[in-house]
Order: sequence, then C-alpha cells, then structure tokens
Amino acid sequence: MTRIRFHRSLDDLKEKLLVMAGMAEQSIQRAVEAYRTRDLSICDLVDRGELAINRFEREVDQMALDLLAMEQPMAIDLRFILAVIKINADLERVGDSATGISDRVRELEAFPMADLPVDTPKLASLATGMVRKALQAFIEADAAMAESVLSMDDNVDKLNETAYFTLLNVMKDQPHLAPQALAAVMISRSLERVADHATNIAEDVIFWVRGADVRHHMSVSEIHPA
Amino acid sequence: MGVGIKVENLNAWYATNHALLDINLHIPGNECTALIGPSGCGKSTFVRCLNRMHETNPIARVTGKVEMGDTNIYGDISPVEVRRRIGMVFQRPNPFPTMSIYDNVAAGLRLNGFHNRRILDEVVERSLQNAALWDEVKKDLRKKSGASLSGGQQQRLCIARALAVDPEVLLMDEPASALDPVSTAKIEDLIFQLKSQYTIVIVTHNMQQAARVAERTGFFLNGKLVEFDSTHKIFTNPGDKRTEDYITGRFG
Repeated sequence: MTRIRFHRSLDDLKEKLLVMAGMAEQSIQRAVEAYRTRDLSICDLVDRGELAINRFEREVDQMALDLLAMEQPMAIDLRFILAVIKINADLERVGDSATGISDRVRELEAFPMADLPVDTPKLASLATGMVRKALQAFIEADAAMAESVLSMDDNVDKLNETAYFTLLNVMKDQPHLAPQALAAVMISRSLERVADHATNIAEDVIFWVRGADVRHHMSVSEIHPA
Repeated sequence: MGVGIKVENLNAWYATNHALLDINLHIPGNECTALIGPSGCGKSTFVRCLNRMHETNPIARVTGKVEMGDTNIYGDISPVEVRRRIGMVFQRPNPFPTMSIYDNVAAGLRLNGFHNRRILDEVVERSLQNAALWDEVKKDLRKKSGASLSGGQQQRLCIARALAVDPEVLLMDEPASALDPVSTAKIEDLIFQLKSQYTIVIVTHNMQQAARVAERTGFFLNGKLVEFDSTHKIFTNPGDKRTEDYITGRFG
C-alpha cells in the first residue's frame, strides 16, 4: 500500500512552496535595498515579484487542496499539508510587506534623504534572518531550529518599539522631517510584521514535525514536558 | 447497554503459527473501537478471540484472559452464550438464503428457545428498526427472502439478526468493504447510532472509515498491538513510527 505517487506530490508541493519562499525573501531584501538607496527601479522589481508571489500562492493552495481532496492524507502528511497552506499565506504577506515598503520608498521620492537615528538595516537584517532560518527549518524538518526562530522575535519587537518612540520624537522635534520619519515608522512596522510571519512559519514547522501547537505563547515545554 | 472488554496477555495460534502475541487492551463500553493493520496482522484473529470464534478452527489455540464486564468469556460460560452476548457481523453479508427476512432476524431467538409470536414480532421489528432497515422491508417481511435484498440491505439484515438476541457487544469484521459508498454510509450512520446501546469493535482496512466512526483505534502489526489510543491521536499524531508509516502509506 505504499503511496509513491502521493509522496512524490508532497515533494512537489514542498518544492513549489520553497520557490515561492525564495521569491518572498528576495522581495523583502529588495524592498529594504530600495529604501536604503532610494532606487525606484528596485521598487519596480518588488512590484513584479509581488504578482508572481500572488500567482504562486494560488497554485500552492490549489495543489494542497487537490491533495486533501484526492489523497486523504493522515498524520504527518496531513500536518504537512496544513502547515504548507498556512506558510503559503504567511509568505504571501511577506510579499505584501515588501510591496508596502516599496510604496513608502516611492512616496519618499519627493523628499530629501534624512539621517534618522534608527537602525532600520539592523531590523531588516534580523527580520529577513528569521524568515531564512524558519524556511531552513522547513527544508530540514528541524523543529529545534524552528524553536530558535521563536526566541528571536522579541529582539525585533524591541527594536521596532524603540524605533517608534525615537521617530515620534523626531517628528516632534524636527517637524520638517515628519514625512521621512513617518515612512520609517511604517517600514519598521512592516519589518516587524515580516518577523511575525517568520514566527508563524516556525510554529507551523513545529506543528508539522512534532504535532505540537505552540501558537499564542504556549511554550514548547508546556506541550512537551521534560 | 454495552459493556467494556478487558483483554490480558492474549495469545493465539493456528497450529504452530503464533498469530497473536501478548495482546493487552481495554475496550471501553458504548464506544466504537476500530482495529486497523495490514492483511495478516492478526486483527481478525483478535476479534474472533473476543467471542470464541477462534476456537471453532480445529488447529487454533488461544491463551490469556478476555473479560466482558465481569464475565471471563473463557471461564465458566458456554461459547453459545458468549456469542449471544457478543454478536458478529462479517465482511460478506450472509443471510440465510432460504429464509424470509422475518425468519432471518428471528432465527437466533428461536435457537435460544423463544417461540412466542408476539414477542418475536416485537423483537424483529425493533431489530430491523435499530438496523435502519425496517422502513425498507416492512411490507415484504415474510414474502421476500433475505437473499433477495441488495448487498447493503443484506448487511443491515445481518446486523438486525445479530441485534435480535440482545447482545452487549457487536464485532464487525470489515462490515462495509463489500458495499457501495451509499450502503457504506448507511452502515457507518448505523454504527454511530448503535454505540449508545452497544459496544462496537470494527475491523477495517478503510482508515477514513475508522476515523469517521471510532472513538479509539488499535494498530496491529505482525500479531502485536503496536498502538492503541484515541482515534484522533492515531490519525493526527500517532506515538509509534510504525503506526505513522502504515497510515501514511509508507509501508504495507
């Protein structure tokens, strides 16, 4: 009763999701680069990438739906397909965040570059690093690696919060820099959302591999007591 | 009402073939328990041990303890009484072909000495209603033979026949594997209704069926009970790798 064709289809689904993951990761990196350089041609690439990501999202969902309907997956296979559906949605939203950043960059075209006292590149590096690590955990079916992603989210949250209050002060103290500061707040918020999506992906990997639901701050030790 | 079944150190043989190895489990009353596993794993042998059908094979042997409620079924109780209290439905519907629908259902009662017409009428009607067959056959009870019914109806007739002798446990060995999807759905609905009154043990190769009808599922492999847990756990996150490999089609 070995289900060779079905398991090949699962491999195909994983491969498709990983292609999409690569596009989403590239998209956020490009958006951050566009912000750093104010290069609108990179924004165009982000927008085109978003169209492709949206197309992949539909295709991945369709493949997953077909497998659920036709193959009645069980246990780890069922959890895998559920995880893929959810990761798919998170990756699409990473793409949306990239587009959001790209839109802010276009809005900033009318304003001079401002030297703001926030470390957006560091935030971007942390958020994209979380996405990369969550996807690596997915590739390797490594729940321990996925767990390490969860603990990274607090740093991103703190950086985002610090950026928010710092930029608020900039807007109060230097109103002429308000447009740039406001854009930076929104970009910081987008990157924080990217980190949240990476967290979601990591949680889905843990669910797939271990069958444990660690969402909403339930610690792994609560579910797998020593 | 259904009763629980406690199995301790159950071993079974066909001649020198050790078909069941030290099976221990507790089947709760008024629930449906599904047994799954590849062909030859021992699940049918196991259910046949539960109502002493196994010993009808001259080369078969069994050791260990099976308790139905407070009764040790291998103790001071006749096999006939055990089989009255633990009914069985087989893969292929097997109505008595020359008997009417009525006589098929009444056969077990008559064998147990009941001949009062009024009581027989009541029990036949109640059994057919409980087997969700009454409305389809009530006009032809005495006119049609059991064999004239469709496969799905025949299987429900066999369930009615088993229910007529007022069992506490119903064993079903792949009861829907020879039926079309509509008849299968009727049998599954029936199982769902019957478990409020009976304890049901079903052997099935259809894992979706096990997932649909059973509260608990046991996985047999090579004569051993590898895992026994809630059906939800078995089909979403089984504890044993062998169970997972089987239900996901990675061996079998």
